[in-house]
Amino acid sequence: MELISPTDFAIDFARDKVQAVQDYALLAARSVTNLFRRPLYVADMIQQADLIGVGSLPIVVLTGFFIGGALALNSANTLQRFGSLSLIGQLVAVGMVTELGPIITGLMVSGRNASGMASELGSMVVTEQIDAMRALGTDPTKKLVTPRVISTVFMLFFLTIISDACGLAGGGAVSSLMFGMDWHQYWSTAWQILVFRDVFTGLVKPVLFGFIIATVGCYYGLSARGGTQGVGRATTQAVVASSILIIILDFFITRLVMTIFGYR
Amino acid sequence: MTAPPIPVESALKSSQDASSPAIVFEQVSIAFERKPVLDGISFHLAKGETKAIFGVAGSGKSTILKLSLGLLKPDDGHIYVLGEDVTELSEEALFDLRRKIGMVFQESALFDSLTVRENVAFRLFEEGNVSEDEIERRVREALSFVELEHTVDMFPSELSGGMRRRVAIARAIVTQPEIILYDSPTGGLDPVTSNTIIELVVKQRDVYKTSSLLVTHRLQDAFTMANHYFDRKANQMKPLPPGARGEVPMGFLILRDGKVIFDGDVHELAQSKDEYIREYIS
Ligand SMILES: Nc1ncnc2c1ncn2[C@@H]1O[C@H](COP(=O)(O)OP(=O)(O)OP(=O)(O)O)[C@@H](O)[C@H]1O
Ligand SMILES: [Mg+2]
Repeated sequence: MELISPTDFAIDFARDKVQAVQDYALLAARSVTNLFRRPLYVADMIQQADLIGVGSLPIVVLTGFFIGGALALNSANTLQRFGSLSLIGQLVAVGMVTELGPIITGLMVSGRNASGMASELGSMVVTEQIDAMRALGTDPTKKLVTPRVISTVFMLFFLTIISDACGLAGGGAVSSLMFGMDWHQYWSTAWQILVFRDVFTGLVKPVLFGFIIATVGCYYGLSARGGTQGVGRATTQAVVASSILIIILDFFITRLVMTIFGYR
Repeated sequence: MTAPPIPVESALKSSQDASSPAIVFEQVSIAFERKPVLDGISFHLAKGETKAIFGVAGSGKSTILKLSLGLLKPDDGHIYVLGEDVTELSEEALFDLRRKIGMVFQESALFDSLTVRENVAFRLFEEGNVSEDEIERRVREALSFVELEHTVDMFPSELSGGMRRRVAIARAIVTQPEIILYDSPTGGLDPVTSNTIIELVVKQRDVYKTSSLLVTHRLQDAFTMANHYFDRKANQMKPLPPGARGEVPMGFLILRDGKVIFDGDVHELAQSKDEYIREYIS
């Protein structure tokens, strides 16, 4: 066995990473350009949408509701000190719609579906099913990746709206039941504070997060090597990578939208 | 002596096309993690010919089949399939070429979340212009070929290894491709089932004139293929009359240490003086 010098090792390592980023970018680009090439797998898209959307609904409703409630609890605590408890609806609304709704939904769906995609495609790789599909003349990026990307983007968009609504409801429940706020006042202040910019930020995020979840999940799945252990590794990496990317991207989108629309 | 059962004209016709062979390997080399597996191998597969590939485990037989489909790219050399250089084609162009080729993977590689019917019909569905009735008819036909009609609604995990292999064969032949690549189709099967498969390969060769590469560990299977022909009237495989020579287009290819050490027909194989080959065929 030959020994590798540290510099060679570093070069190899760097080359592998650059190669991986390049492969990922190619796959991500193809998942979109495939939309303009026949055939379009509509049935697979619907099946995936059902799997991602309907399957994630309970966890999105639950997490949204409780995050909204927690947000209201924390805000109330601070606001009470300044005697401005009536602002609670506004805080929950802005916090939920621009930040917590998208990020919680993104992370939940990432944990559930990026891992699902990575393990499903990874198992197909190690059992040669991907090769078999290619051998049968079908492009796996068309048949498997594009439907997952499209349906994740589409479903995450609506799941985020549902999560926002549940968060607002959770905040409302806390405000009225625990702090005796008027339910109608809560809703009308929450509703009025939201401007186009907030809603825009809140809806751009899930589109990009959905794209990240599906492309990262599929990328790690398709590059799985080394049997069931490799599939397990790919699954973990997919969740870690997509979660980190979501959180980092979240910061930059927020910053970008602020630059475009100006601060309040 | 009785006339050769496969008319000479048709044997000639298929060899006429030899100017445009089904598969050509030209000085093909490939290494995995710096370990050379194929080292400059060259061979031809004529149209209508079936060539059996032998070699010890790990000698690169499956690799040859994957290279022919463009699933792997060689480090060096050229591979022509139906006149096209698969080493130069883009993945997009390869998908069109692959539709003319059927492949039976060594481990079957059935889609485990699809039923047997959906597996066999996969290509017909993908082509998109075949009616439901036609798909059902052709799936049944392909499955009856391998005597597995009763499994249409089962999942691959519910089948035995040998049954899976036969479903994989049905999936490969359902569109009657011009070329079929069989990777160890009889591996680990009982003699009765493997005989059914040998008969199937012979039928593909003699009736449908399919060109094929066939990886096998069992020399006996390939000898059977070389000594039998498919009688259309009787609809079964029959032995060639003794002394018949070259009536069936059956070739043999032996790999050793990344090189082709034998490429010829059954008679040349029987007369080979090479010690390794003598040991191999004994
Ligand atoms: N994807 C791969 N990555 C690394 N090495 C590989 C890969 N595929 C094949 N090899 C190596 O290439 C060599 C040839 O493999 P191949 O599968 O072609 O053998 P084979 O002749 O089909 O063997 P068997 O008779 O056991 O099926 C083996 O030594 C194997 O380790
Ligand atoms: Mg093999």
